[in-house]
Amino acid sequence: MKILVGYKRVVDYNVRIQVKPDGTGVVTDGVKLSANPFDDIALEEALRLREKGVAEEVVLVGIGPADLTPHLRNGLAMGANRAIHVVTAETVQPLTAARVFLKLIEKEQPGLVILGKQAIDDDANQTGQMLAALWDRPQATFASKVEIADGKVTVTREVDAGLEVIEADLPAVITSDLRLNEPRFIKLPDIMKAKSKPIDSIEFASLGVESNDHLKTTHYAAPAKRSKGVMVKDAAELVAALKQKGLL
Amino acid sequence: MSERETMEYDVIVVGAGPAGLSFAIRLKQLKPAVTVCVIEKASTIGAQILSGAVIEPQPLDALLPGWRDNPPPICIAAGEDEFWLLSKTGGRKLPVPPGMHNRGNFIVSLGAMCAWLAPQAEALGVDVFPGFAAAESIFNEDGSVAGVRIGDMGVAKDGTHKPGYTQGIDIKAKVTVLAEGARGHLSKQLIKRFELDRDSDPQGYSIGIKELWQVPAGRVTPGKIVHSFGWPADNHTYGGSFLYHLDKDRIALGYVSGLDYSDPNYQPWEAFQQWKNHPMVKSLLEGGTVLSAGARAIVTGGYQSLPNVEMPGALLIGDTAGLLNVPKIKGTHQAIKSGMLAAEHLAVNLDPAGFDAKLRSSDVMAELKKVRNIKPAFKKGLWFGMLNAAWETVTNGASPWTLKNKADWSSLHKLGESEEPKRDYVQRDLAPRDRLAGVYFAATEHDEDQPVHLRVADTTICVTQCAEEYGNPCTRFCPASVYEIVDDAAGKRLQINAANCVHCKTCDIKDPYQIIDWVTPEGGSGPNYQNL
Repeated sequence: MKILVGYKRVVDYNVRIQVKPDGTGVVTDGVKLSANPFDDIALEEALRLREKGVAEEVVLVGIGPADLTPHLRNGLAMGANRAIHVVTAETVQPLTAARVFLKLIEKEQPGLVILGKQAIDDDANQTGQMLAALWDRPQATFASKVEIADGKVTVTREVDAGLEVIEADLPAVITSDLRLNEPRFIKLPDIMKAKSKPIDSIEFASLGVESNDHLKTTHYAAPAKRSKGVMVKDAAELVAALKQKGLL
Repeated sequence: MSERETMEYDVIVVGAGPAGLSFAIRLKQLKPAVTVCVIEKASTIGAQILSGAVIEPQPLDALLPGWRDNPPPICIAAGEDEFWLLSKTGGRKLPVPPGMHNRGNFIVSLGAMCAWLAPQAEALGVDVFPGFAAAESIFNEDGSVAGVRIGDMGVAKDGTHKPGYTQGIDIKAKVTVLAEGARGHLSKQLIKRFELDRDSDPQGYSIGIKELWQVPAGRVTPGKIVHSFGWPADNHTYGGSFLYHLDKDRIALGYVSGLDYSDPNYQPWEAFQQWKNHPMVKSLLEGGTVLSAGARAIVTGGYQSLPNVEMPGALLIGDTAGLLNVPKIKGTHQAIKSGMLAAEHLAVNLDPAGFDAKLRSSDVMAELKKVRNIKPAFKKGLWFGMLNAAWETVTNGASPWTLKNKADWSSLHKLGESEEPKRDYVQRDLAPRDRLAGVYFAATEHDEDQPVHLRVADTTICVTQCAEEYGNPCTRFCPASVYEIVDDAAGKRLQINAANCVHCKTCDIKDPYQIIDWVTPEGGSGPNYQNL
């Protein structure tokens, strides 16, 4: 079985996000960029399935500008067999990303697609679901445990009420939640090995995917600053203050 | 236990700063067939580099002709220089000392510059590995340095192995080039092992604390360079500020305190914040926001403290050797020059022997010799220091004497031993409120479940001898509130908040009992500076 894994580049989770002074976006100059943490979890799960003998090949898919390559190399150093780089300088919205994956699925015929449940930049949480619908295959989102046997996948999902276990026919789309696994550390010799692993570059335009944007971002703004608090001596003073504010 | 994995290179460089990257680039330019790798503990190149920084461009011209057509992301031609003596509420503009004229120089973010240098090294075939910490040196049977051992990943706080445990590999090389920056932790061990400082004075250091601000439009004059001394430092504490106007309404500013200060109650971080609240500085910053902040030790011992920079199998370059020029407050040009010099030396036959002599007869050393007596004289007070600096400058360092340096930790007074200066500090209202709020801007990150990387040999001293003699200065000199004395059910004890550490090395330097040992945490841990 072949597993396709989505690998998006985002501003690193340690970075303090700054909104551009003109409100057109967030600052990315001189800012550390990394793979979306949920995508690293997706990749780790795919690698474990390969190590268990359930899958033979793990293929990374990244959509982004030319300088995405070093990030794909990191994923290859973690252990993916090869990578596909869909090259575009534009920001890709979830529906467009899902359509790109569908095109690649037609070509690659994977038995399983694992994506992060969401990217930590736009927090959209849509691509996996949209892809399953476009592909007309089952979806199992927010996975915290994945088991494959007899052409079926059993997924434990983290839902509001607790854990839900579902079974689905393969091929299917799975999206990873935080507790699915802990991604491995990259080893130096594997970075060297990754240098010779293949990365196929495909121009976005050559895929014939519609990219008309469905969402329009009007502006970005930092959360409003909280005003200073006031210390009150006792309950009576608190009640008086609340009354003064018209809250009681 | 499986055999430890090994990789082999002709040369391994520890640290992807200006010295290490310049070295790697130069060596590959001269000898493309030599295999070179650079390892860096930061998660990404430049994330743990902190400097002013105004740089002299000549070494860069020599290393990368044509760099001016493809400059680093922050690179602003130096404009007007100003030099101020501050009082608590005012100041006096003084003539700019000769060493501090910056015409022809550039204001850069040294972090961004290193991130710009690294791909140029890679293009020449250098393997650059960020996120890997050189935890230990390894040695050949004849005692010479054989390379480095990368730290293990996935070790729990108690030393047990977590599920993802990955053993660090050994990188073996014919030559190991230490380019770790001030107080490099491998350099520290190797200097001791090979007695490299036998004929030199103890090394001296300062601590620089820096912030990058975004200020309201219209306040910035890109290229303007302002240095000050005086308030908030007293006459016996070496301290001064820098304030550089960048583009896009950004200002880089910081405060440097000599770590040879004697008052055990001195707080370098607070001195920086006090200076920021001086009316001249505050008026620039008010209404702005902090973009990034951090701290780093600076090496200031100069000529008389320079250790022997070669040993069997290894050599020292840049700030880990101690090549910064204090009166100029610049070390980058020296780092690049020493890196290039080392590359030219090793290009002959990959043998460190003879590099020390080569460095000492170079203009890198001539530059340090001229200014060797300036910093040490400030130990006798600000005015003596200023007069002496004027004399040394006029005579071009021709004095027949060389003033001695003492170890920084030894200069700390015991509590009540002498009358300490009264600090008439002001109520301040610019961000950050305290050191913990400041650490937030360093974006520092350490997995909490890993061994503490600040090893204190004997923590009983903390609550007994040190509490009495010095009042636990570690709780004050650390710019990131790593050290705390807590008093709970278990009694008084030292708590080390290692996850806050910004890798500045001040504790390793200033602790009066010399029992704090800074070692590398898990690779990729530590601050994630943006454009510092």
